[in-house]
Amino acid sequence: MKKTSVHPITLLFQTIQSLKEGLRLTFKHLFQAGNRRAPVGVMSDAYFKQPEGIVTTEYPHESIPLPDHGRYQLHNEISDCIVCDLCAKICPVNCIEIDPIKSPVEIGKTSDGSTKRIYAATFNIDMAKCMYCGLCTTVCPTECLTMTKEYDFSVYDVRELVFPFAELSPEEAAIKRKEVAELQEIEKAKKAAAAAAKASASTSDTEAPSAVTKPSVSKPVMGKPVIGKPVPPSTTDVVPPASESAASSDTPPSTPPKPAVNKPVMGKPIIKPSIPKPPTQTDTEGGSNV
Amino acid sequence: MRIQMFCINFVRMLALSIGLALILSYAVFVIYAERKVSAFVQDRLGPMETGPYGLLQTVADLIKLLQKEDIVPYGAHLWLFKAAPIIIFTAVFTGFACMPLAPELIGAPINVGVFFLLSIVSIDVLGVFIAGWSSNNKFSILGALRGIAQIVSYELPLTLAVLSVVLLSGTLNLEYINFQQHAHVTLLSDTTYFPWGDWTMKDAKAIGGIFTWNIIRYPFLIVSMCIFFIASLAECNRAPFDIPEGESELVSGFHTEYSGFRFAILFLAEYAMMLLVSLLLVVLFLGGTNTPFPNIGAVALCDWTSGTLGHWSSNAWGFFWLVSKAFGIVFLQMMMRWTYPRLRVDQLMLLCWKVLLPISLVMVLCSAYWVYWLKQ
Ligand code: SF4
Ligand code: SF4
Repeated sequence: MKKTSVHPITLLFQTIQSLKEGLRLTFKHLFQAGNRRAPVGVMSDAYFKQPEGIVTTEYPHESIPLPDHGRYQLHNEISDCIVCDLCAKICPVNCIEIDPIKSPVEIGKTSDGSTKRIYAATFNIDMAKCMYCGLCTTVCPTECLTMTKEYDFSVYDVRELVFPFAELSPEEAAIKRKEVAELQEIEKAKKAAAAAAKASASTSDTEAPSAVTKPSVSKPVMGKPVIGKPVPPSTTDVVPPASESAASSDTPPSTPPKPAVNKPVMGKPIIKPSIPKPPTQTDTEGGSNV
Repeated sequence: MRIQMFCINFVRMLALSIGLALILSYAVFVIYAERKVSAFVQDRLGPMETGPYGLLQTVADLIKLLQKEDIVPYGAHLWLFKAAPIIIFTAVFTGFACMPLAPELIGAPINVGVFFLLSIVSIDVLGVFIAGWSSNNKFSILGALRGIAQIVSYELPLTLAVLSVVLLSGTLNLEYINFQQHAHVTLLSDTTYFPWGDWTMKDAKAIGGIFTWNIIRYPFLIVSMCIFFIASLAECNRAPFDIPEGESELVSGFHTEYSGFRFAILFLAEYAMMLLVSLLLVVLFLGGTNTPFPNIGAVALCDWTSGTLGHWSSNAWGFFWLVSKAFGIVFLQMMMRWTYPRLRVDQLMLLCWKVLLPISLVMVLCSAYWVYWLKQ
C-alpha cells in the first residue's frame, strides 16, 4: 500500500523534524502568552495589526468597542415615528406589532418635518423573533427605527424580549380612539360621496393591470402598453388605490376564460392549445403535462 | 511489643495520609497548570473567575465532583464497577512507595524496586479493563480493549528502556540507582567514568552536578530516555496516545460511565500516574535527587545546592530537585498533549512494535556492551 518508498531512516528524521516543529510552534504561543491583544473594535487601525498574544476578552469585565450602529437591539424614536407600518410589513418574521389609531387630522410633526397622522397604541418589537436583518430600518421613511450597539439584553423570561415603544398608555389610547372615532364620523360623511366616485374610477383602472387577459380592447394596439396605463391616474393618491385595487381585483380571477381572445396577439404558449376546444381544455393540459 | 506495633502502624498510616494529601494537592495544582498551559498554547486565558487568576477552579471542580451522585448504570456489574477506580488508584499510589523522594526518604527501600514498580503499575491495566467491561457500555468496552492493547504493548519498550539503565547500574534498587548519581555518596561500584581515558567516577563526583547523572555518564541513554518518555505517555493514556479515552470517538473511553467521586478518583489516578512515570524517569536518567549544578573551582554550586548528607538540608534539597525535575517532565507531557494529534490504533501499534521495540532492544545491547567495556 506504500505510495512512496521513503527510507526508514529518512522517515525517522522527518518525523523528528516535524515533531520538533510542532513543539516549537506551541512553545512560541506559550511564551507569547504574556502579551494580550488590546480589546479594540473594528474602527481601530490596530484591529488587524495584533498578530500575537492572548485573544480572550473577559466579557463582563471588558468588551470590544462597537460601532455606534451595530446590528443589535432595535430602537424606535417613537416621537419621530409616523406609524406608516412599513417596518411591520417588510419584517420577514413579523416581529413588529403595531396597533395604529388613525387620526383624520394632523397630530404633530416629526423632527424631519413629516406630518404625523397616526397614533401608535402599540408598537412592540419582539427581539426574540427578530433575526437582525435590518430591513425595517432601511424602509423606515423617517429613520426613527434604528439598530443600536446594545447587544447584551438577555432575560430570564422570553416574553421580556418584547420591547414596547408606544408611548400611549391603554387609557390614553382609549381616549384617543374615542376622539378619532368622533372625528371620523364627521369625515365619513364627506368622504362617502367622493369615495364612491373615486371607487368606480379606480376599479376600472385597476382591472387593467391584471388584464393581460381582458385587453380585447387593447389588442389592436400592442400587448404591453397596458402596464403604462394604470400609472397616471394612480399617481394622485399613492397608497389607498393600491389597497382598493387589491380588493376590487378579486373579480378578475373569475374572468380568465375570456383571455382566449388574447391569443392572436401574443399570450403564453400554454394557453394556445387550450382554446380550440374549451370543454376538453383540462384534458389536453393534463396530457401535455404528462 | 504491642505498643511498638501500634506505633509502627500509626506512623505508617500517617505516612499514607501525608502521601495521599501530597498526591491530592499535586493533582489540584497540575490540573490547574494543565488548564493554563493549554490555554496559553491556544492563546486563551484559561480559568480566571474562581479565585485570583482562577486558582481555585480545580478546588471548586473537586467539590462539585464530590457532591455528585454516584451513578451505577443499569446492567453494570455492581461491585466490579465500584472496585475498578479503587484498583486503578491503588495500583498507581502503591508505585510511589518505592520511589526515593529524597536521599533518605523512601517509603519502601526494596531491593527490587524497579521491578516492583513496573509490575504494580501493570495492575493499572486490570483496573482499566474491569472499569470498561463492567460498565455495560460499548464505548467503555472499546476504550478498555484499546487501553489494554496499548498499555500491554508499550510496557515492552518501557521495560527494555528501564533494563538498559538497570544493566549499567547493576541494581534494581531505586534508592541505590539514585545514590549512584549523587555527588556526595561514593559507592563500591564506582569505577572509571568512561570506558576510555582515566577519568574516574571519583573525579566526576568531586565536580558533581550534572556530571554524575546517568544521562551524561552514559550518553547513549538519551535514546533510551526518549523511548521511556514516549512509552510512558502511552502508559498514562496521555495524548497523543490517548486512544483508550479519545473524546471524539469514545466519549471518554473506559470511564464514560463514571461520575462523582469515582470519576474524581480515576482522574486523580491519571495525573498521579503522570507524576509517577516522571519521577521514575528522573531517578533513572536525570540524576534523581541530585542537583544539576557542578562545582566550578571555588564556586561550589553543587555543594551549595545539595545540603550535607545526613542533615535535613540534604533531604530538602533532594526533594526539591527531584520534584522540580519531575514537574519539568510533567510539563513536557502537557506540551505534548497540546501539540500533537492523536495517533490511530494501527499507527500506535506500528510505532510500538516496529520502531520503539527494535530500538530499545538495540539500546539494551549497547548498555551490555558498555558494561563489558567498562569492566575491561
Ligand atoms: S431587523 Fe429584520 S427581523 Fe428584526 S424587526 Fe427588523 S425587519 Fe424584522
Ligand atoms: S417604518 Fe419607521 S416610521 Fe414607519 S412605522 Fe416603522 S418605525 Fe414608524
